[in-house]
Amino acid sequence: MSAPSATASTSEPSFLVDQGPRHGLLAWLTTTDHKRIGLMYLAAMVTFFFTGATIGIFMRLVQLSSLSHMMTAQTYNALFTVHGVIMIFLFVIPGLPAVFGNFFLPLQIGARDVAFPRLNLASWYFFMAGAVLAVTSLFTGGGPPDTGWSFYAPFSIKTGTNVTLAVFAAFVLGFSSMLTGVNFITTIHRMRAPGMKWFRMPLFCWSLYATAWVQILATPVLAITLVLVILERLFGIGIFDPAKGGDPLLYQHLFWIYSHPAVYIMILPAMGAITEIIPTFARRTIFGYKAIAFSSMAIAGVGSLVWGHHMFTSGMSLTGDMIFSLLTMIVAVPSAIKVFNWTATLYKGSIDFQPPLLYALTFIFLFCIGGLTGVMQGALAVNQHVHDTYFIVGHFHYVMFGGTGIAFFAAFLYWFPKMFGKMYSRAWAYAAWFPIFIGFNMLYFTMLVLGLEGMPRRYYHHLPQFDTGHVVATVGSWILVSGLLILFGNFAYALFKGKKAGSNPWGGPTLEWTTASPPPKENFATIPTVTGPPYVFPVEPRP
Amino acid sequence: MSSQASAHEEPRDDFGAKLGMWLFLVTEMILFGGLFIGYSYMRSKYPAEFHHAGSELNATIGILNTLVMLTSSLTVVLAIVSLQRGEKGKTVAFLGATLLLAALFLMDKGIEWRGEIGRGLYPDAPHLATLPPGEQVFFGLYYTMTGLHGLHVLAGMGVLGWVLMRVARGQISRDNSVVLENAGLYWHLVDVIWIFLLPLFYLAA
Repeated sequence: MSAPSATASTSEPSFLVDQGPRHGLLAWLTTTDHKRIGLMYLAAMVTFFFTGATIGIFMRLVQLSSLSHMMTAQTYNALFTVHGVIMIFLFVIPGLPAVFGNFFLPLQIGARDVAFPRLNLASWYFFMAGAVLAVTSLFTGGGPPDTGWSFYAPFSIKTGTNVTLAVFAAFVLGFSSMLTGVNFITTIHRMRAPGMKWFRMPLFCWSLYATAWVQILATPVLAITLVLVILERLFGIGIFDPAKGGDPLLYQHLFWIYSHPAVYIMILPAMGAITEIIPTFARRTIFGYKAIAFSSMAIAGVGSLVWGHHMFTSGMSLTGDMIFSLLTMIVAVPSAIKVFNWTATLYKGSIDFQPPLLYALTFIFLFCIGGLTGVMQGALAVNQHVHDTYFIVGHFHYVMFGGTGIAFFAAFLYWFPKMFGKMYSRAWAYAAWFPIFIGFNMLYFTMLVLGLEGMPRRYYHHLPQFDTGHVVATVGSWILVSGLLILFGNFAYALFKGKKAGSNPWGGPTLEWTTASPPPKENFATIPTVTGPPYVFPVEPRP
Repeated sequence: MSSQASAHEEPRDDFGAKLGMWLFLVTEMILFGGLFIGYSYMRSKYPAEFHHAGSELNATIGILNTLVMLTSSLTVVLAIVSLQRGEKGKTVAFLGATLLLAALFLMDKGIEWRGEIGRGLYPDAPHLATLPPGEQVFFGLYYTMTGLHGLHVLAGMGVLGWVLMRVARGQISRDNSVVLENAGLYWHLVDVIWIFLLPLFYLAA
């Protein structure tokens, strides 16, 4: 540790200023600073998010009867595959841990960086390599993959499209995710500031810890499954091919052993970010700290044992079906614990209704719809009816977009002043909320209804009785996107013209608010010594 | 790297480095774990075919390779001990021996695969297609699992070769032996996986 100096934190230049021998773009591409790496992920992911959203808009357009011939069925198949691959592998899975986890984990535990800074940079390069491969797969070989993001065998083995490269891209992205997990667990075990005991950690760190374990334990299964698909396509090893004694159901099991826990990789850090925002704007310590910490671990644990609920109609034994159904219901319990704790924190709080809180509350509302429709599908009888319909599509957009996506926006609104030292226009942040909320529900609630009425997912054309629903959903998608443009336009404007933000504009209680905005390269002039729990109000004003 | 010039250099954390390595090894075990699940499922589905197909493999080479693998783990341990005692020459020699044994392992593997491919026992071979489905899956798994293991041997050779070079140049010594210890951990994992592959394929008959 360096000698304490009271003035250093204000006089040191921020991490945004090049301080090494390299300058400009090269300084960024060779940086090992966790904050810069977080921002590099951010830039990449916002790009992918808008790419995925644009594809989504086109998928909605084709469902308007007057535009139903704007593309071929094959193009439509490619679009829903690419939309899924981009949104899931390039935005939702890595989103919060890679951007906000990288940026704020060391700040929140009072460290100067993650445990393996160079490995952290390598993870970013793996991520970008995977992204480049995914994009390349669209324009080379037999054309963009048309299997859906889940690459189900046997179709993924037989199709002539460029599945091999797309699957390899997902493999490389998995590597990035695993290495980030290794890095975060080691960081949390080894790098906490003096006095930062396990139960003094901010709950965002707990959620990252639970997530990192899922990343480590589940991602390798996806990796090997994808390798098997590649080997099957290149050499015909026959493990998923019934003609050679293989079994396509094995593919589904292996795929979901990863991909269901991956849902918790997506949602846990989102819940963690919400847990940071709520006490700050309720000016009240979090209700049930330990319950939230343990429920993160419980979600990670039980969530790893529910994959079979994706396969109730695929042909499993009734015993298997019932066990998976039961476990699926159980995993709702720790999620509900969090919702109750958030609302209990707000109760009798001194609420300061700033934009991050508005988006956090929106998260709770939309996530509850997503979660409850999920429990509905966990019931075996209901599942038979809604399997492979728009109900599923609506459900996971409520969880993934209404949950993780909105939490990403909330976290961005909350931490933006810390990351860039600038404040965005709060009026425009509120203004963006209305189209986002209205458009979102028009788009996805309509999907829930369409699904219950029998509209199958991934269909290029639909029967006339679904016309009205599809028109409502498509108009909703326009409203939603206009809201997103306002939100991100506001961020972009603030980046260049925003007013200067102080070190703690929201009155946040955790360590990242004790350093300058944006933080200096070494985060803290002196490593802080922690003496109490993380959410203590009122926050003492800093000298 | 620019960060190394920083004014606040953290003390090196060997325990953290080991922890990170162990976590990485967990991911490796689960990577193979997926294949072991597939193997168990297929074997319970086709016990007789697996029994018969296993007898097609050359158990002699399999057992010879097991001895080679185990010896190479021993030489890695000896290299670590030598490094900790500050005996640079011995460390380099033991690491060199490990690399030679690893190369021998791969050579055996190559001879073995060549023999099997010569007898038409490879995926999509006309001869294999005439065999019962269970045997086809057996060979699919055999090539996948031993092939993936072989790639890990290659990766391990790369890592150990890099460590050897740095020991020879004096960049790795008893003060930072954790680098070699971590490389050794990886090599032991490669060894342990082989210990499981041997009975599953060669002794299945």
